[in-house]
Amino acid sequence: MSSSHKAVALISGGLDSMLAVRVMQEQGIEVEGINFFTGFCVEGHTHAIRNQHKDKQKRNNALWVAEQLGIKLHIIDVIEEYKDVLLNPKHGYGSNMNPCLDCKIFMVKKAVEWVKQNHMRGFDFIITGEVIGQRPKSQLKRTMPIVAAESGADDLLLRPLCAKNLQPTKPEREGWVDRDQLFGFHGRNRKPQIALAKQFGFDDFATPAGGCCFLTDESYSSKLVDLWQARNSREYELDDIMLLKVGRHIRPKADFKMIIARDAGESKFLEGYRKQFISLYSTSHNGPMAIIDGDIEQQDFPLAASIVARFGQGRHADEVEVEITVPDKPPKHIQTRPINVGHVPQEWYV
Amino acid sequence: MKQLELDARRLLCPLPVIKTQNKVAELSSGDLLKVICTDPGALSDIPAWARIHGHQIVESVEEGDEITITVRVGA
Repeated sequence: MSSSHKAVALISGGLDSMLAVRVMQEQGIEVEGINFFTGFCVEGHTHAIRNQHKDKQKRNNALWVAEQLGIKLHIIDVIEEYKDVLLNPKHGYGSNMNPCLDCKIFMVKKAVEWVKQNHMRGFDFIITGEVIGQRPKSQLKRTMPIVAAESGADDLLLRPLCAKNLQPTKPEREGWVDRDQLFGFHGRNRKPQIALAKQFGFDDFATPAGGCCFLTDESYSSKLVDLWQARNSREYELDDIMLLKVGRHIRPKADFKMIIARDAGESKFLEGYRKQFISLYSTSHNGPMAIIDGDIEQQDFPLAASIVARFGQGRHADEVEVEITVPDKPPKHIQTRPINVGHVPQEWYV
Repeated sequence: MKQLELDARRLLCPLPVIKTQNKVAELSSGDLLKVICTDPGALSDIPAWARIHGHQIVESVEEGDEITITVRVGA
């Protein structure tokens, strides 16, 4: 078996891509990893924001996986290009706003481009940790050839974990890799992967329930759709989609919503947005930072103040002082009575 | 030897890592890059990125809300 070939691997930070790389390394293939940041990735920064995750190790799983495997990892910012994937998915959405098949095609296509840009480093093929039947939309036997064809990778796209269920690719036909040592995993049963992980000595790996993307999350997707509807536009910036990951989102009026921190970590995070957004917090009692997204009328400031007061320690007080700051203007203080819990209709919660 | 500074304040991981990676690609072996960030995730991510690419962390300082990580570019 030749050992002079090189592959680039799509690394998500999960177990499957980790296994796929190790399977290649076992055959003497040199591998480097590539990881794409779309803005929707479930990664360490969300742990960094919230207090409740303080005990969790703050690590980027893709980097951690790369280090365990002893491979280089290149992280690519695809935030701008990804907008078209999300807004115009040729193959449609999954159960939420997740354009999984288009996303996979996009990422493999970007890997093809990256291989071309780095041609001097001599990568021969691309690998992924895909398993037939693992994901309901993007990882099906019928979609595997679609990803290979539409990404332009064609038969230079090898899936080591399920290759035996697919037609041989060029790396297999040419003998760069031994097909007999690849796998035929399929379905949602994770036992074969767990067994292989054990065989390789991997005992600590990320197992995110909804995959590695916020768009598979129902709550996140509904916030995204609400944002688009409120703005009457599907344009978004990175800050918009980051803020959807943080706080309670309450929309008391069609034109504005409040993002209210759920703990001190989120309050600190929202403080960073006070130069861009109207912000408010209680000065008489401990309570959360909140920002206003959208267009709020002056006459609605008391309503917003009473809502933010409701989520602080003054929630049962007769009166709470709230500071409201419009960017580039001096702060104003208003006295408010916290809104009664029963007066926050469920439909205000986004 | 160059000494540069990179402002990655308010960026959430992995963006400080991506900015560091892209800036280091423009530098030569032995150059120093001081990255200033505010996301605590950078404390583990930038050193992890540096280790797998053969760069060295010269210093890592937390002062108030800011974290300063100095990377020496490897060979």
